[in-house]
Amino acid sequence: MYDMNRPEKAVSQTETKISARKVQVYYGDKHALKDVDVDILDKTVTAFIGPSGCGKSTFLRCINRMNDTIPIARVEGQILLDNEDVYDRRVDPVQLRAKVGMVFQKPNPFPKSIYDNVAYGPRIHGLARNRAELDGIVEKALRGAALWNEVKDRLSEPGTGLSGGQQQRLCIARAVATSPEVLLMDEPCSALDPIATAQVEELIEELRSQFSVVIVTHSMQQAARVSQKTAFFHLGNLVEYGDTDDIFTRPRDSRTEAYISGRIG
Amino acid sequence: MPLSWALFANFLLAAAGYIVGRSRAFATAGPDVRKLHSRPAYHGASVGLAALLPALAVLAAGAILRLAGVLSSDTGPIIGIVALIAAIAGLGFGVMRIGREYQARNVVEHMVLGLLMLCSLIAIVTTAGIVLSLVFETGHFFRVYDWKTFFFGTEWTPRFQGNSQLGIVPLLWGTMYVSAIALLVAVPIGLFAAVYMSEYASRRVRGFVKPAIEVLAGIPTIVYGLFALITVGPLLRDYFAQPLGLGNSGTSVLTAGLVMGIMLIPFVSSLSDDIINAVPQSLRDGALGLGSTPSETVRQVVLPAALPGIVGAVLLAASRAIGETMIVVLGAGAAAQMSLNPLEAMTTITVKIVSQLTGDSDFNSPETLVAFALGLTLFVITLALNVVALYIVRKYREQYE
Repeated sequence: MYDMNRPEKAVSQTETKISARKVQVYYGDKHALKDVDVDILDKTVTAFIGPSGCGKSTFLRCINRMNDTIPIARVEGQILLDNEDVYDRRVDPVQLRAKVGMVFQKPNPFPKSIYDNVAYGPRIHGLARNRAELDGIVEKALRGAALWNEVKDRLSEPGTGLSGGQQQRLCIARAVATSPEVLLMDEPCSALDPIATAQVEELIEELRSQFSVVIVTHSMQQAARVSQKTAFFHLGNLVEYGDTDDIFTRPRDSRTEAYISGRIG
Repeated sequence: MPLSWALFANFLLAAAGYIVGRSRAFATAGPDVRKLHSRPAYHGASVGLAALLPALAVLAAGAILRLAGVLSSDTGPIIGIVALIAAIAGLGFGVMRIGREYQARNVVEHMVLGLLMLCSLIAIVTTAGIVLSLVFETGHFFRVYDWKTFFFGTEWTPRFQGNSQLGIVPLLWGTMYVSAIALLVAVPIGLFAAVYMSEYASRRVRGFVKPAIEVLAGIPTIVYGLFALITVGPLLRDYFAQPLGLGNSGTSVLTAGLVMGIMLIPFVSSLSDDIINAVPQSLRDGALGLGSTPSETVRQVVLPAALPGIVGAVLLAASRAIGETMIVVLGAGAAAQMSLNPLEAMTTITVKIVSQLTGDSDFNSPETLVAFALGLTLFVITLALNVVALYIVRKYREQYE
């Protein structure tokens, strides 16, 4: 099946992974997200910043259709993942979410062992044929999340017994284990102390080599540290999107400038 | 004067004491109410309680002494008058205490605390009293009957002439058999109904289905018993027992078990529903975000997380099944026998307690006293189940603190 001699497809940094056009989200009567157009690049860290309630998390949850789980939420417009509309009738959200992993604001390890937490995704998607293969996947994911050395001797202990920072890295390992193409992170460091935050940020930088990472953050310093692209949301609008360096040093929109200099937010 | 009139008069006096105390406090304060340590309402309440509590104490003491036979039964009026005098004295004392420095608020707080403690004490003492009377009568029973025959005897044939065989084993077997069938019906149905309501149903459906299921919990058990006797029993006999040659009894373990299972469905489903709802949404999001289907999420994440609580709910349902009487009386019959055939009539501990106490026999014969031994055995079983269930439920609660 695999043609080892196939010339590797030239992956430039500018290849578009996700392309959103005129995305609208309504929560009941509330128009939460208005006309969002954005192109998210492959193998890039994209940060969404903006004040609370600006719609950045809402947009993130549109990409893997997590908003489907909220009965009153309604999404319009187009979000293309590899040129395929994720809101197409034929797309199964379950398959989509296997391709688009997600890490949440609060660490949410399952009440299972560390091993079973990481093996959860591979098991439900049938990614391993035998125990040895599964062991390999788990170890690789835990190494990928920089957690292996800390937990390798206690894989059978409950994941809920780890510290907050370790729990969050366990959740990242759990998402990485299904080998997603995109990883969505919804304020992954907001419940962590500065040291754990630094570890997770370092991890994000490494994960970028494998897939596209989209991170929602409240911390502008974090956005500046980890991302190459930044999008600023305000009151449901995507105000400005561009290279992180440009957004933070030469914002074009007055609202962006006001936010990054701490005047609105 | 009967005691009830004395009680009524005391409440009137207390109300009067409240009004007097309050106006007296206003008068003491002068133009500036803030000069008082406590607000006038507290002064009023302190006077009212000062009138009420001594009188109530007198009445309670009088009632107990009369029950104990220390006082003769025609002393009612005297007790009433003593109580009234105590109330008036208390009222006078209360009014005298009112002053700017008097800390009426603290006094009232203490009295309220005492009242609350008294109420919980009454609940505990009553329970202890019931248990003690059971233990006492059971002791009586074991003095006239061999305990080994009671606990290990496999024959239950009470005779009013005496010389009865009173072995608990057939009754215990019937109890366990009926309860097991009931749980076999109630646990899957209740649990799956709870999963549907908490994980799948839209808010509108849930708003309709949940109360509809809980209506079942409001049906008196005697009505379930009638249903077992008139509908389910004959149905099982005509369509299962007789064609299959398994007996022709209108009452059977299966009948009682099925109907009791239906009775327990709302119990299991509403407890499990609460427990499943207590599983944090973040776990569901995590599982769905990894690409699980809703049923995989329920099976592999939500139910394992809720399992200890569900086990607790099942144990609570089991202790209700074991203690249930009316459905078994009408559904399972009264024949004390040990059989594996679920279509045969059997009986349970609760049914036999009823039938031993409703007979005409002498209250000191082992045939009657055995009811207390049965009751105590039942109490110990359900208590143990409840303790285990509550322990498990509590342990589960700590998990998500």
